[in-house]
Amino acid sequence: MTSLSIELTIGILKIFSFVVPVLVSVALLVYLERKVLGAVQLRKGPNVVGPFGILQSFADVLKLLTKENLLPSSSNKFLFIFAPMLTLILSLIAWAVIPISSTYVIANINIGILYLFAVSSFGVYGVIIAGWASNSKYPFLGALRSAAQMISYEVSIGFVIITVLICVGSLNLIDIVESQKNMWFAIPLLPMFVIFIISALAETNRLPFDLPEDEATLVAGFFTEYSSISFGLFFLAEYANMILMSSLTVILFLGGWYPPIDIFPLNAIPGIFWFVIKVFLILFVFLWVRATFPRYRYDQLMRLGWKIFLPFTLVWVVITSAFLFYFGLLPN
Amino acid sequence: MTTLIKYIKSFTLFELMKGLKLTITYFFKPKVTLNYPNQKGPISPRFRGEHALRRYPNGEERCIACKLCEAVCPAQAITIEAEPKPDGSRRTTRYDIDMTKCIYCGLCEEACPVDAIVEGPNFEYATETREELLYDKEKLLRNGDIWEKQISENLKRDSKYR
Repeated sequence: MTSLSIELTIGILKIFSFVVPVLVSVALLVYLERKVLGAVQLRKGPNVVGPFGILQSFADVLKLLTKENLLPSSSNKFLFIFAPMLTLILSLIAWAVIPISSTYVIANINIGILYLFAVSSFGVYGVIIAGWASNSKYPFLGALRSAAQMISYEVSIGFVIITVLICVGSLNLIDIVESQKNMWFAIPLLPMFVIFIISALAETNRLPFDLPEDEATLVAGFFTEYSSISFGLFFLAEYANMILMSSLTVILFLGGWYPPIDIFPLNAIPGIFWFVIKVFLILFVFLWVRATFPRYRYDQLMRLGWKIFLPFTLVWVVITSAFLFYFGLLPN
Repeated sequence: MTTLIKYIKSFTLFELMKGLKLTITYFFKPKVTLNYPNQKGPISPRFRGEHALRRYPNGEERCIACKLCEAVCPAQAITIEAEPKPDGSRRTTRYDIDMTKCIYCGLCEEACPVDAIVEGPNFEYATETREELLYDKEKLLRNGDIWEKQISENLKRDSKYR
């Protein structure tokens, strides 16, 4: 084999080493969500399929695969099928820049955070195309809501990321994690951390901000007309996005692969272990919040995004940069 | 001052944290789920489930075809036909209960002077066709034979309250 084909094979294997664990953890996350919701409501959750019901989501996927894929007669056929694929692809390609340890990453690019931000903003296209191509009332309303919601929360997420970038001085995700070796940004930037988690909930359309798929008013929102595996792809993408946003939270605020304290027994454990534990904790918070809070009304959602988060983050960017400038702590 | 406290509360997410605290305590509480087909809830001795016709210990039918149950049945689910046996006793030739009409009020059980018709503890008798729910005498007597032990035990336990 030529060196090029060897390199290509290694690259593909590396990609698979990211995509397969992500898809498996999506299945486990769906299971975990049902377990957590059950536990909070004093139920046991799924416990029949496999040990402790752990194979439940695989059984669900099998069910979805064997069902007929319906195409509404008035829909735009091409876009209708294209939308779920786009959503899933976008939620997977973002993993290209996520570093799970100081050396293990598919593409260590200098503008990693910008790339992530672009891909996550692009994700709204899948939802809008799905809502429009269905040519039906509820999906259309869901798509509109999704567009407005994404825009409002992307702005405050942008400012939160800017605050972190001011403290780091680099757009490279590995640099961002390495600058947190001594102190995680969650401690000095606690308000930003909280706002980032809340915005991440809105960004991934999770409760209490799941207005694009609001069951109570929009049947199922933008994927009302979808069935079978095209519905499954949306489902997969939503949970993959959740995992992505939690990893981003971990990278930006919780020190990535670093242990909580840099002492012997803790820093002997491989970094990937810490990374996974932290992502799991953030995901648990996502599910915990879902089990606790009722859904926001649409105008309340907009008010929170534009009238509270936006000014708050804007002020905090100024405060942080002024603080760093005054004490001469600005990174080079 | 109150507005200041209100602002502090809303910016520290005080109420939200209270809600999260409540749900996490429930998260660790013991669960109330029963794994139904393997695990079943307790049933009162008065439970009114599937009907059964009982027999005396010597195998003779208890029912004397007095038709009190047929008369008292508010849903008119019971149909009885009777004629004297060669030994002179009155016995039913037909005893049908339409289980799709029955409202499980237990009045037939209360009306019966000889404890012949009873509603047993069985509640798992769903069928795939409607016809299977039109019980005849044979089916009811068979139920009685199957459930007799539990039915008599339940009657004994409940007898002091009757």
